[in-house]
Amino acid sequence: MPSICFYFQVHQPFRLRRYSVFDADSNYFDDHKNAMICRKVAEKCYLPANQCVFDLIKRHDGRFRVSYALTGVVLDQFEAYTPDVIDSFRRLAETGCVEFLCETYHHSLAFLYSRQEFVDQVALHRQKVEDLFGNVGTTFRNTELIYNNELADAAHQLGFKAVIAEGADHILGYRSPDYVYRPPATPIHVLLKNYRLSDDIAFRFSNRGWSEWPLTVEKFSRWVNQVHGNGYTVNLFMDYETLGEHQWKDTGIFDFFYHLPDEILRHPHNSFRTPSEVAEMHEPVGEFDAPHLISWADTERDLSAWLGNAMQSNALKELYALESAVKAKGDDDLLNDWRRLQTSDHFYYMCTKYFADGDVHKYFNPYESPYDSYINFMNVLDNLASRTK
Amino acid sequence: MNIFMLGWEFPPFISGGLGTACYGLTRGMSELGHHVIFVLPKPVSSQYATHVRLKTPTKRTLAAAAALTDATDEEGAFTAYKMKELENVDFLSIPSALQAYATPDIAAKVKRTKIGDADPDFDSDDPYHDASMTTSIIEDAGRQDGGGEDYHGDMFSEVRRYARLARRLAAGEDFDVVHAHDWMTYLAGIAVAEATGKPFVIHVHSTEFDRSGEHVNQEIYDIERRGIHAATKVICVSHLTRNIVLARYGAPADKVEVVYNAIESNGDSAVLPPAIKKDEKIVLFLGRITMQKGPEYFLAAAKKVLEYRDNVRFIMAGSGDMIRRSIEMAAEMGIGHKVLFTGFLRGDDVARVYKMADLYVMPSVSEPFGIAPLEALSHDVPVLISKQSGVSEVLSHVLKVDFWDVNEMANKIIAVLKHPPLQATLREHGSFEIRKLTWNDSAQGCIDVYQAALASAGR
Repeated sequence: MPSICFYFQVHQPFRLRRYSVFDADSNYFDDHKNAMICRKVAEKCYLPANQCVFDLIKRHDGRFRVSYALTGVVLDQFEAYTPDVIDSFRRLAETGCVEFLCETYHHSLAFLYSRQEFVDQVALHRQKVEDLFGNVGTTFRNTELIYNNELADAAHQLGFKAVIAEGADHILGYRSPDYVYRPPATPIHVLLKNYRLSDDIAFRFSNRGWSEWPLTVEKFSRWVNQVHGNGYTVNLFMDYETLGEHQWKDTGIFDFFYHLPDEILRHPHNSFRTPSEVAEMHEPVGEFDAPHLISWADTERDLSAWLGNAMQSNALKELYALESAVKAKGDDDLLNDWRRLQTSDHFYYMCTKYFADGDVHKYFNPYESPYDSYINFMNVLDNLASRTK
Repeated sequence: MNIFMLGWEFPPFISGGLGTACYGLTRGMSELGHHVIFVLPKPVSSQYATHVRLKTPTKRTLAAAAALTDATDEEGAFTAYKMKELENVDFLSIPSALQAYATPDIAAKVKRTKIGDADPDFDSDDPYHDASMTTSIIEDAGRQDGGGEDYHGDMFSEVRRYARLARRLAAGEDFDVVHAHDWMTYLAGIAVAEATGKPFVIHVHSTEFDRSGEHVNQEIYDIERRGIHAATKVICVSHLTRNIVLARYGAPADKVEVVYNAIESNGDSAVLPPAIKKDEKIVLFLGRITMQKGPEYFLAAAKKVLEYRDNVRFIMAGSGDMIRRSIEMAAEMGIGHKVLFTGFLRGDDVARVYKMADLYVMPSVSEPFGIAPLEALSHDVPVLISKQSGVSEVLSHVLKVDFWDVNEMANKIIAVLKHPPLQATLREHGSFEIRKLTWNDSAQGCIDVYQAALASAGR
């Protein structure tokens, strides 16, 4: 009787242009590159994947359901560069089989630095999603699944019924991520990512060195069916860009995704659910106690990808130190620029972890080095700071 | 393995990275248990003789010396010695100025042998006896090499003389492979390899295109080309250099390998007087001040930085044929009072200037490798290097810039001076990264190439 709960993260940052210390204007973002990337990913992923989901919903007569978290900054970019993507998400929203999750508008680390800013950004996001798609669920996900007990509490205070977190082994121990849990002191449902099955699709699907390659729908369904009697829900949380961008079309990822529901639903007790539905249907079976911050990043599942070195903590500290000055100024453009600088990607680019080894961090990095990204960011921040005076 | 190695300079008699690399490689080979006979054309100058622990020559080297005693000419004499930390290395040096080291103390320990030029083996069309090289070319070569006092004089006749003597020395030695460092030793290497039939490996630390841009000295280029084509295997210090060797010298790709240089772990924490108390930041250029090293780009960037902030001083440490032009340029730019020229620094002065520096900049136009940035990092100084350098292939935790992009160079210099966390992160990761670059690994890289050379020579 497990249900499959798909949640796809959809996000693109506003990448900065090369901004030298000698620059003095306030055009910080690389509009051309951002538009280009948006268009490219729309063609490779968002549009075909949305079509696929739409077809699946129709084909399975509502039994196929998914959820999305679209960041505010990606929605801004869709509106500006690829309005057809907004339309296709609208079409999905109209089926009633899609849930939209809530998060910080700017995909930020505000929860760690400014509770007021965090609350403001969640409200902004909720409003944006409601305006565009007419429905917003009762589930919250924080940037990069950064989570602790305090976050669960903050989400509860904002009225959410469920919150999403990484199924971190060091907290779960022997327990399964396929149940619903609760934090020690807050009445909210915690849904945990089943990172093994999620990563089988997101990271390993096309890896020919993987012993399970090639991954077929039959094999994957078998693994899902093994959960029978041992869980309520298999939470498959991943970047939407997995479909067509991280795993290219020629790997067969779309065929896999399109045929998976057939195979899953072949078993009469299986179903697809959205996070809010899962939270609604099941009471927590136990406590998920996260006194320290966790995330879904890297093998460490900690914050070191954004806060692992002196440059990152310095950049974040300097950025949030401007909050009151920016807000006091009453300048919407300034506030908007300041918020777009909060997007976690800017700090991810500064990560020195694994830098010399050339890995996934490099793949997503528009800079040649973490040092270049820090220098660029600080030059922009300097100019922004001068505008608050 | 026994290696007959032909070098041109060796610490402490060095003017650049070549001597440092030869020291590191031979030391690595010695530690790996290989035996090296290192032949040098340099004088043992009394000024630095204390740095060399002269030892009684071994029987083997004495035998080699004895093989030369039939020479009748006064042209040169030969010195055999060992250095304490290089157990498996025998040095054979061919002094060019006898009086330079003829102190009684040293002379007592050194076996000296006269060798000569009036050699029946040399026929009239001997390639190493080429009299066609004109004085102007020779002087030009000396100047362009930028090595200052160590390279002055009649370069080509030195090179030829060295080749002759090396061939004679080799006759008395037993070895598996001949290894020659840079163009000055290629002719010697060819001569030794031809005489002994041993595989011949050359090591390209720099090419004429690096030193002289497009204005190559044809004579030197020809020697380099000859060496590269005669060699069984070619070792380049970077892929940058390998590409030049393939593109400009027409070397077959399958015989050219890359072995990176390294850095000795900075074990000695010499207690230095505290750096001068400074309320200004210091940006350091340390190296030969020659066209190849891009001093004018450093100055152009300095000017940009000074337009942005005032409390910065730029130190240019080194000598070279562009020092005068650089001083003039600084004055013309109106930043003369902010740029300090120290001349060539040695020993503690080098450590002291690193201690003062907030950033080391190597804006080289063309740098086959570039050991100096590794030294800066080993002194905990963050580094900004040009992308046109071999060392940028092995370093990640440094700042990189195109040498011509002085705006970006200034942008990055300012960032380091302005943001302590940037400096700290570069320093922390950089000093860790260089620990992975050891001379033992480089030496092993050379050994692997020797083995490949032996295999391809069918041995």
